[in-house]
Amino acid sequence: MPATALRQRLAELRGPSVAPLPLDARALAALAANPGCKRRALLDGAGVNKAALATALGSPSGFGQSQFAFMRGNAFEARVKADGGTELMRLLYERMGAGAGPGCEPPVAGETHVPDLAAAGPEGRAARTALALREATAAGMWTLLDHPMLALEVAGSPAYLEPDAVVVRPDGHWSVVEIKSFPMIDESADAAKVGAAARQAAVYVLALERVAAKVAGARVGHAVLLVCPKDFSNLPAASVVDVRKQRSVTRRQLERLTRIEDLAAALPEGTTFDVDRPAEELAAAVEAVEAAYAPECLAACELAFHCRAKARAVGAVGALGRSVRGELGGLTTIGEVLAAAEGTAGDPADPTVAALRRAAALRTEALRAAAPTGAEALAGARAGAGVRC
Amino acid sequence: MSLISTLARLDAVRSGRAQALATVRHRHLSERPMVFVPLTTAGEAGAPLGALVGTDRDTPRLLAVTQPRDRDLRFAFLAELAETVLPYIDGYADDIEAAERNETDPETGKRVKVEVELCSDAPQLIVPSRAGIEYVRLLGRSMRFRRTAEQDPDTPYPAPPHIPLLGRWLTHYGERARVPGSSLLLAATDLLGRHWATGQSSLEDQHLGALLAWIDPTSGEAGESGAEAALRAELERDGDGQLVCPPAGPATDPAFDNKLLAPAIDRYDRARKALAAAEDGLAADAHLGELAAAERHIRELLAAQMRPTWDAVWRALDLLRGLPEGARAADRWTRDRWSYTGHRDRVRAGEPPQPRRDDAVTAAQKLASRETAQAQLEAQEALDDPLVMAGRRLAGEAFTSEVLDVEMTMSEGKRPSPRPLVTVRTDDAPHLGERTKVYRSLDGRPQTAEFVRYEEEAGVLVLRVTDKMGRGKEPAPGSVPEKGERICWTLFEHDQRGGPQLPDPEATPWTHGGPPGASAERPDPVTAEDIL
Ligand code: SF4
Repeated sequence: MPATALRQRLAELRGPSVAPLPLDARALAALAANPGCKRRALLDGAGVNKAALATALGSPSGFGQSQFAFMRGNAFEARVKADGGTELMRLLYERMGAGAGPGCEPPVAGETHVPDLAAAGPEGRAARTALALREATAAGMWTLLDHPMLALEVAGSPAYLEPDAVVVRPDGHWSVVEIKSFPMIDESADAAKVGAAARQAAVYVLALERVAAKVAGARVGHAVLLVCPKDFSNLPAASVVDVRKQRSVTRRQLERLTRIEDLAAALPEGTTFDVDRPAEELAAAVEAVEAAYAPECLAACELAFHCRAKARAVGAVGALGRSVRGELGGLTTIGEVLAAAEGTAGDPADPTVAALRRAAALRTEALRAAAPTGAEALAGARAGAGVRC
Repeated sequence: MSLISTLARLDAVRSGRAQALATVRHRHLSERPMVFVPLTTAGEAGAPLGALVGTDRDTPRLLAVTQPRDRDLRFAFLAELAETVLPYIDGYADDIEAAERNETDPETGKRVKVEVELCSDAPQLIVPSRAGIEYVRLLGRSMRFRRTAEQDPDTPYPAPPHIPLLGRWLTHYGERARVPGSSLLLAATDLLGRHWATGQSSLEDQHLGALLAWIDPTSGEAGESGAEAALRAELERDGDGQLVCPPAGPATDPAFDNKLLAPAIDRYDRARKALAAAEDGLAADAHLGELAAAERHIRELLAAQMRPTWDAVWRALDLLRGLPEGARAADRWTRDRWSYTGHRDRVRAGEPPQPRRDDAVTAAQKLASRETAQAQLEAQEALDDPLVMAGRRLAGEAFTSEVLDVEMTMSEGKRPSPRPLVTVRTDDAPHLGERTKVYRSLDGRPQTAEFVRYEEEAGVLVLRVTDKMGRGKEPAPGSVPEKGERICWTLFEHDQRGGPQLPDPEATPWTHGGPPGASAERPDPVTAEDIL
């Protein structure tokens, strides 16, 4: 399918009057979290607004941000970048400058170049950013790009990404800077949050590499600077995060995304995710693309409640967790597993079936041995009831 | 997770009700625990928003911060928290019993027994969820390096008295919670999840309301299954878009923050500003009334967010109390008492607060002792609970057997001792190799045997008993398995370390040879702004 035809097809999937939802780095990074899900790949690739789709399906996502967190995040970022980035440059040099080659004198307070990146529209801003990066690299001076705009080709259409900052060193080395509002306490931050930030930064690194490929002397660092509030203060603390692994995982994911045309081609004629269509029609359209629901989706994907309801309805063991699914070999539904365990189905020569029967027998034996106390426990437990939730 | 727990989950899905994962309670519950339900401000580390705390389920103490960015109000909150929690913690400090402990004599270098105090019971904190445990640690960290005006008259923004002390205790409790099987600080979701399997994933089990809905036989509306009740607990919102069952915290629901809390705080801020700008007493009185009303409103909002969680925690405790306590849980509780006593001694000895980061030796010790505690916990739970033992049997780490025959033989050497050969039959499939050691519980103490051989008949094997038969040539009465007896053997050891009464390294105060740790650390720098 030629690019324009694909674009046309994806536009149909979104609905005639719906602009594609720009894919941000967070969404791209989340793709890496569930690589097996074709449903998400297609919807994201087509720029469908999954939150709106989830609402139209009757299973709105629970995602939202507290305005307290939002304000705090903005205030902290502004503070880190204040005074022409003096504090940010100091932190960056302190953490990453040591390895810099000759000609990389420490940045002088107030002398960092902060180019104006304002332009009309995302394409304009991305072009402006590319130009600023080229100029800064050629000039060989410390440069701070505040909220640059980067473009990354995703499934045949450009996705625009906006990192918090990119720093260009005099030696032509580019570093991604991520400013987050979760704290770094005694020099360590919540591992899960750092991981999420690293996945996001990896997307920026990939996008920067596209630009750097066309700029002489430019190199993109695979280590990024993570800046967080220090302990319980509003002072910044920084640490260097290596994102090589996240970068290669995400890159592989994005390469897979290019096969979206295959996913789109496999859909029945006229399929659309236009939220103005009736819910049943949308449900059928969503159902037409294979999903890979796992509980982790709950934290990563707007469609999670919908996909979970479907997975539960068919008794998919995967809805109980990936590890549960892994234990049960080829048995994928709860009915199958219980039937195998209870001896009403399944081949006893199959090791999974044999193990299940053994487990079921041992469990029954143990519960029977303990039955009297169990009954007592429930009787006692019924006593102080009446809690609403 | 063992296949047995997986089956329990699947069974729960089918029946719509949680299924037992344990037949006894594997954690000690205090007769008078303190429940602590904290809320935190989104986006700010260590900026508490409110809490319900207390030992009486009907009268929790409500603590609220009406403007979380105001340092004075945060301090007032922490001071009130200290006022509530410290007397509870101190309440156990003086009720002691005499105990003995092995120590190295500093002069002779010999191991000697010394008389020490052991608190007869210990204070127990219960929070709603695992995130609550992390929050206790965080609060402890945020408080223990604060300086009071008494400690340092020149300190900027001095903290009210007792705050550093509460910080040290919360740090200790948070640290102790990392020891497997410890019970000084417990999360209701962990407690429930240990004893029941729901028909949802363990990720979803982190939601206290949903978890409880599966387990509580009285949950939900008439005719509703646990599954349906859990789904409602998780998702149901009222006409205002607010969750009917608020999250168990410490994080709040964004919809609550944005729709209810933010306007209420704005109103409070406006009232404060108006009061500050009031020109005369009459105007000030009017503004004072508005300020009080605004404050009351915030307190009510917070109370309404936390109360369902508070009730849910107590309900969880009811359900857990319905299970009889496992025999060996008391042994682990004794270790908790040692831990509490040790920290009491450290505080009394005037030691500085716990360092920001453990030095390498302490970190390694803690890791090692946690690994031991894990192995110990797994062994004890299996010995206390046939359902847990079933999992070990399935894994080939234990087997039940019937004694078919006993043949007396003697060991060789100068002093021959009894080494009876015991032939048993089992339906289990233990992983036995040459001379694999196996253990059985003989009056609560482990007796060792070793694997000798398989007989031809399937499931029949021979063991040689090697200890606990007394010193004589004749085995002590009752110490040798008898024909027809049913015995459960384990391939794992029952006691993972010496006596059950040894204190953990972290509990060894410096006055008793424990490491003095890093010298006093500097307090955190304080910033002038009230905004964190
Ligand atoms: S929630 Fe559904 S669409 Fe989203 S990643 Fe999971 S399975 Fe895919």
